[in-house]
Amino acid sequence: MSADLDFEKSATILAANVRRHIVKMVYSAKSGHIGGSLSSTDLMAVLYSKYLKHDPENPNWNDRDRFIMSKGHCTPVQYAILAERGYFPVDELTTFRQKGTRLQGHSVLGKPPGVENSAGALGMGLSFGLGVRLAQKLKGMQNSKVWVLMGDGEQNEGQVWEAAMSATHHQAAGLIALIDRNGIQNDDFTQKTMRSEPLDKKYEAFGWNVLSNIDGHSIPEIANAFEWAITQDDAPTCLIFDTTKGKGVSFMENNPGFHGAPPDDEQFKIAMQELQ
Amino acid sequence: MTTEKSAATREALGPTLIELQNSGDFDLIVVDADLGKSTSARIFQDAYPERFFTFGIAEQNMISAAAGFSVMGHTVFATTFAVFAEHAFDQLRMMVAQPNLNVKIVASHGGVSPGEDGASAQSIEDFALFSSLLNFNVCVPADVIEAAAITKAAALTPGPFYIRTARPKTSIIYTDGPQFELGKANQLREGNDLTIIACGLMVERSLIAADELKNNNINARVLNMSTLRPLDTNSLFAAATDTGALVIAEEHLSHTGLGAMCAHAIASSIPVPIEFVGLDRYGESATWEEALELTGLTAEKIVSASHQVLSRKTT
Repeated sequence: MSADLDFEKSATILAANVRRHIVKMVYSAKSGHIGGSLSSTDLMAVLYSKYLKHDPENPNWNDRDRFIMSKGHCTPVQYAILAERGYFPVDELTTFRQKGTRLQGHSVLGKPPGVENSAGALGMGLSFGLGVRLAQKLKGMQNSKVWVLMGDGEQNEGQVWEAAMSATHHQAAGLIALIDRNGIQNDDFTQKTMRSEPLDKKYEAFGWNVLSNIDGHSIPEIANAFEWAITQDDAPTCLIFDTTKGKGVSFMENNPGFHGAPPDDEQFKIAMQELQ
Repeated sequence: MTTEKSAATREALGPTLIELQNSGDFDLIVVDADLGKSTSARIFQDAYPERFFTFGIAEQNMISAAAGFSVMGHTVFATTFAVFAEHAFDQLRMMVAQPNLNVKIVASHGGVSPGEDGASAQSIEDFALFSSLLNFNVCVPADVIEAAAITKAAALTPGPFYIRTARPKTSIIYTDGPQFELGKANQLREGNDLTIIACGLMVERSLIAADELKNNNINARVLNMSTLRPLDTNSLFAAATDTGALVIAEEHLSHTGLGAMCAHAIASSIPVPIEFVGLDRYGESATWEEALELTGLTAEKIVSASHQVLSRKTT
């Protein structure tokens, strides 16, 4: 019990630190995707605190799990987590999107260590993760997993459903899709731009194990979902998290204006106060 | 060279992949999109079922999964028809070319020679698309012997490849064995009056044209430019210097293919007159030989282009 409490406390602190990094990075770079980074911060914090099998000291460790960032515009949350977990110095986060940086606007494989795939064009990460998982299975790496983070807007891409179909065909248990369902895509609310619901029934129809309506900002709920996912050994697994875009900054929350726009000076000041 | 129709370049793939995996030197994965019988990849599936994955009729998924296999240390061959490889251009760009992964696309039914299937099945823009992807090696075999050699070179060379093979059975050019070297043109005829540069099925037509030119005392050098990327500029510049005139023949759109790439290199080094034998229109249903004729891809066209370029040559 006390181990659980320690974990919850450390994941909460990690998420708080990561949120501050995200806002600072996007403010300094004057560009970047803040809303979808803040919405996935808590599930990333739980994943990298406990469930992802990885070693920042040895990022190419053969038996590691692979985290595949399919929503490759949300690099702020990924870089902030990797830095906090020791993959590279936290100071380097200030170079985000600047000339000469390793911290590119959208994910680039190997830059920095810990980034396992190139992304930016949406809808490809689940297929990539499927290839990785099938290779793991071929190598007998039964205890390794592949975690793929997607957005809910990303579900518009037809390739996602090609991957969903083939993952069950190829019995890719150990492939875990994480959907950050924040309800907003680039231009507007997903309900207005392209209705993709019911996502849970769609993945179920494709033969996946699905857990839906998970509170994506509750550390214990996220942890319970991951606990369940890692025991599923008969089919690929999909976790659908209900999240709030821009979570943690009042005026960014559920605001389509903060998908890809940076805060101005005044907004930055208020945001940092709210995140203290 | 025999005039007997012997084998299609697409037939080399399956047997060569088996040979490579049998050697014990490779950790191959073959991915497919429901065309394994036509590309000959199914032969590999029969030998190594655990190393063969079909993704159904879903090329984008197949290419992205191929990239996933490759980061796990596999040498991955992805096979489909050329027109359907084009379907996954964005995936090839972001997931294969940019991270420079070890994925080899072997695309059969290239060019207009799928014939009867008509325009939608005829890839005449694939050289342009794949040559525009940095890090990609782009190769087009002239016969089945060279196709096997290119497949082996692709397995041995880290990084992405695009290999275009053809549907119809065509003549064997390399009866004495392959002379393929990645990034090197292979000279099939000596000559100093002009140079005919060709790839794929147009190599045989270039040899026929060279023989006919010879009857008129015109000595044409013939280069099989089976590697389009990286382009063998040394052979190209030597041809320009030695012969002063070029004819470039390809089963591809003329303004964006091998001819355009050669012209780009020549224009900034040793400008000489060039004539292009290629496509400027979509094809249509016909037998493969008729399809080549309909679109102007014949030995006669190469001969007339040769006379044309010689008339422009300054001596």
